Amino acid sequence: MNEDLTTAAILLGIIHSGIRLATPYLYAAIGETFSQRSGVLNLGVDGIMLMGAFFGFYTVFQTHNPWLGLLAAGLVGAVMALILCVVSITYQAEQGISGIGLYMFGLGMSSLLFKTMLGTVEGVKGFSELRFCFGDSFCLADVPVLGDIFFSHSLVTYGAFALVPLAWWILNRTTWGLKIRAVGQNPEAADSLGVSVNRVRYASVTVGGVLAGLAGASLSISLLNIYQENMTNGMGFIAVALVYFGSWKPGGVLLGALLFSTVNALQLWVQVLNLNIPSDVAVMLPYLLTILALALPFRRALQPAALTKPFARGEN
Amino acid sequence: MPFAIHYLLGIGDMANSSNLLPSGLPRIESLEMRGIVKRFPGVLASDHVNFDVKAGEIHALLGENGAGKSTLMKILYGLYQPDEGEVFLNGERIVIHSPTDSIKYGIGMIHQHFMLVDNMTVAENVALGLPSSREPRLDLDVVSARIRKLAEKYGLQVNPNSVISKLAVGERQRVEIVKALYRGAALLVLDEPTAVLTPQEVDDLFVIFRQMAADGHALIFISHKLGEILALTDRVTVLRDGRAMGTRPTAGATKQDLASMMVGRDVLLERHRPPAERGPVRLKLDNVNAINEDGVPILKHVSFDVHSGEIVGVAGVSGNGQRPLARGIAGLHEVTNGRIYLENDDITDLSPAQMFKIGLSYIPEERMHDGVVKDFSVAENLILQDYVRRPFSNGIFLAFKYIAEHAKKLITAFRVKTPSRDTPAKNLSGGNIQKLILARELARQPRILIAAQPTRGVDIGATEYIHNQLLKQRAEGLATLLISEDLDEVKALSDRIVVLFGGEVMGIVNSDEVTIEELGLMMAGEKRAELA
Repeated sequence: MNEDLTTAAILLGIIHSGIRLATPYLYAAIGETFSQRSGVLNLGVDGIMLMGAFFGFYTVFQTHNPWLGLLAAGLVGAVMALILCVVSITYQAEQGISGIGLYMFGLGMSSLLFKTMLGTVEGVKGFSELRFCFGDSFCLADVPVLGDIFFSHSLVTYGAFALVPLAWWILNRTTWGLKIRAVGQNPEAADSLGVSVNRVRYASVTVGGVLAGLAGASLSISLLNIYQENMTNGMGFIAVALVYFGSWKPGGVLLGALLFSTVNALQLWVQVLNLNIPSDVAVMLPYLLTILALALPFRRALQPAALTKPFARGEN
Repeated sequence: MPFAIHYLLGIGDMANSSNLLPSGLPRIESLEMRGIVKRFPGVLASDHVNFDVKAGEIHALLGENGAGKSTLMKILYGLYQPDEGEVFLNGERIVIHSPTDSIKYGIGMIHQHFMLVDNMTVAENVALGLPSSREPRLDLDVVSARIRKLAEKYGLQVNPNSVISKLAVGERQRVEIVKALYRGAALLVLDEPTAVLTPQEVDDLFVIFRQMAADGHALIFISHKLGEILALTDRVTVLRDGRAMGTRPTAGATKQDLASMMVGRDVLLERHRPPAERGPVRLKLDNVNAINEDGVPILKHVSFDVHSGEIVGVAGVSGNGQRPLARGIAGLHEVTNGRIYLENDDITDLSPAQMFKIGLSYIPEERMHDGVVKDFSVAENLILQDYVRRPFSNGIFLAFKYIAEHAKKLITAFRVKTPSRDTPAKNLSGGNIQKLILARELARQPRILIAAQPTRGVDIGATEYIHNQLLKQRAEGLATLLISEDLDEVKALSDRIVVLFGGEVMGIVNSDEVTIEELGLMMAGEKRAELA
C-alpha cells in the first residue's frame, strides 16, 4: 500500500518535471522551426540561450523585475540572431560553420560577463509558480493529480505551450507563414513573385533568436532562478535536433520536446532515487533517444528543400 | 496609373468593355525596349537591343543558347538591371527595379524552369506574395474562387486544391499561366514553354496562347524551335551574340530563313539518312528492370536490340525512364532484373571501367557533370578512360608527348574550337564541350555508342556537325542508341524508334512509317504500337 503511494508520487513527479523541463526546449525549438522553415539552419541556438539566460538573470538581479528580465533576454536573442543573419544570409557564409561560431561566441561571452559582472553564483526571485487560487481556500493546484500536472507551473511554462498552436497558426494560416514556407522550399519561385527572400529570412531567424533568448531566460529566471556558466549544457543543440525530430512542424516539436523532457525527468529521478542503474547510463538515455529518432530516414523527405542554401538572384 | 491587384475584385463586371482583358484589367497597348545594353564580366550579353510588342500580338524571340534571349527578358521582368537603355510602356518611360515592379505594370513571366513551390497547393502558389483580403490571415477560399473564375474564362483546367508535386508537367504549365493572369498580367513572357511537353500538349497550349492574344494580351514567345515559331507567332525578332539581327513578320518566312538569320550563315536543316545497312545484333536488352532510390520501378520489362550500322532512337517525355536506361546500359545504374548483352557477352553486371574496355562508348546527358572534368585540360579530358593504357602511359608514367599529339589530332578532326589543348574544359562553349566528348568517345572505336541528349543546348552549327558524325559512324557499322527529347532529332536520325512511357516500352516503330502525332500519343501512354 505504502509502496503504491510512493510509485504514484514518483510518476506524478516525473510528469510534473517533464512538463517543466519542456519549457526551454519548446521556446528554442519552436524558434528554430521558424528559422529552418525559412531555409536557415541556426546552429548557434545554444549560444543565444546562454546569452539570454545571462542577460535575463542579470536584469532581474538588478531590477527585481522578472518581466524586464524576459524583455532583456528577448532583445539580446534578437541581436545575436541578427549577427547570424548578416554573416549567413547577407554574406552567404556556410550556415553550419557560422552557427557553430555564434555558439562559441555566446558561450565565451556569457562566461566572461558572468565572471566580470557577477563573479559568484547568485539567486534571484524570478517567475513563481502559479496556483490558480479562488478565494482564500480553494486552489486548482491542490486538486490531486491534475493540480500537479496542469495547475502548478509558471507563466513562462504556460507561454511555451501556448507558443505551439500560435506557431502552427502563423506558419499555416497567415500570409507571412506562406512566405516563410515558400522561401524555405523554393526561394527562386518566391523571388519571381516579388517576395524578398532575404527579408523573410532575416525576420524568421530573428524571431528564432528572440525565442532562443527566452528559452535561456526560462532557465535562469523561471525554472532554476540562478545563473551559472554554461548552464544550458547543450540544450540548444537538442532543440535543433528536436526540429528534425518533429519534421519541421510545431506539433511534432511539441511531441519531441515532451518525450525528451520526460525521459530527462526520468533520468533525474533515477539519480535521486539511487536506483541500481549507473547514473551515466541514465544521463545518456535522452541523447540516445535523439540519435535513434534522427536516424529514421523518412523524415529527411520533409526537410525544407532550400535548408542551408543561401539565396542569390544569380546575375551571372 | 499602374495596375493593381484589386482590379481583380471586378472580374467579369468590366470584361465587356473593349479595351479590357477578360481578367478585367486594362491591356498593354505597346511595350518597347530601346537600346538595351547588359554587360557581364567578359561578355556583352545584350548589345543595344531594340524590341517591341503590341496588344493582341505573339512576338517570337529566337536565338541560340547564349544569344541573349533570357538576359533581355530578365531585364524586362526586373531580375537584371540594364547598363544602358530604356523601357516604354504605352509610350511612357518606366523603370523596372524588381519583379514586384514588373508585376505592378502588368508583366507576367512563365519561366523555363517552373517557379512553383511543389509541396504547396495551387491556391497557395497563386496567393504567395500577394496581400490577403483578411491580413494577416490567408484567404485561400477567396483565392480559389478567383482561380476558378479565371480558369473558366481562359479555358484552363486547374484545380486550386491540388498539391503541385502531384500534377503532371502540362498541368503545372497551366498553373504558371493562371499565376501570371491572376496577378493581372496583360503581357506574358513565355520562356521556352514547350520544352517538356508532348506534341499534343503543345497543340493544346498553342490554342490557349492564340485565344489570349485574340483577347488582347501581348505575348512574347521565346524559343529555338523553328517549327513552333512559324506555327504560332505573328512577328519574330532574331538575336545572335547579344545583338538583334532584325524583326520580321513570321508569315512568309521559312525555317531555312530563320535558321540562317540565327546562325549567320546557311545551315542544312535536313539530314540525309541513306537506307540502313544493318549488320548483326550488337546490343540486346532482355526484360530489363530498374528501380529508383525510393524503390519505385522506373524501368519495366524493357526489351529491344540495336544492330550494327543502325541508329535506334529512344523517344519519350522527360523522366519516363530515359535516364536510367542510358545509365543502366553504361553500368551506372543497377539493373534489378533482366540481362544486357553486347554481341554474345553478358555485360549486365560489369563496372563502367570494364564496359569501356570492351568497347562501349557513352555520351552522358549531363555533359558538364558526367561528361568532362571541368578543371582538366582538353587534352586530359580526351583520355579520361584510357590514360592507364598504352600508348597513353606505360603503366606508371603518362606519355605526355603522345597525349598532346592525340589531342591535336582530335581537336582538328572534330573541329573543337579551343584556344589550346591545355585550356580547361569549363572554358569551352556547350557545343564545343559536346564535340570534345564526341571526339573522345568515337576515337575509341567503340562497338556500341549510347548518346544521351547529344545536342541539347548545343548551337545549330554544332548540332549539324554532331548529327553528321553520328550518321557517318552509322555508315561505318557502329550501333548507336540515341536518347533524345527532341522528337525531330529522333525522327531524322533514327532507323527505328523505341517509345518509353512510365519506364515501359510503348512500342518500337520504323522511323519512316510513323508520324509525330502517333509518337506523341505513344509518349503520352495513350497508344501502344505492335512491336516491330
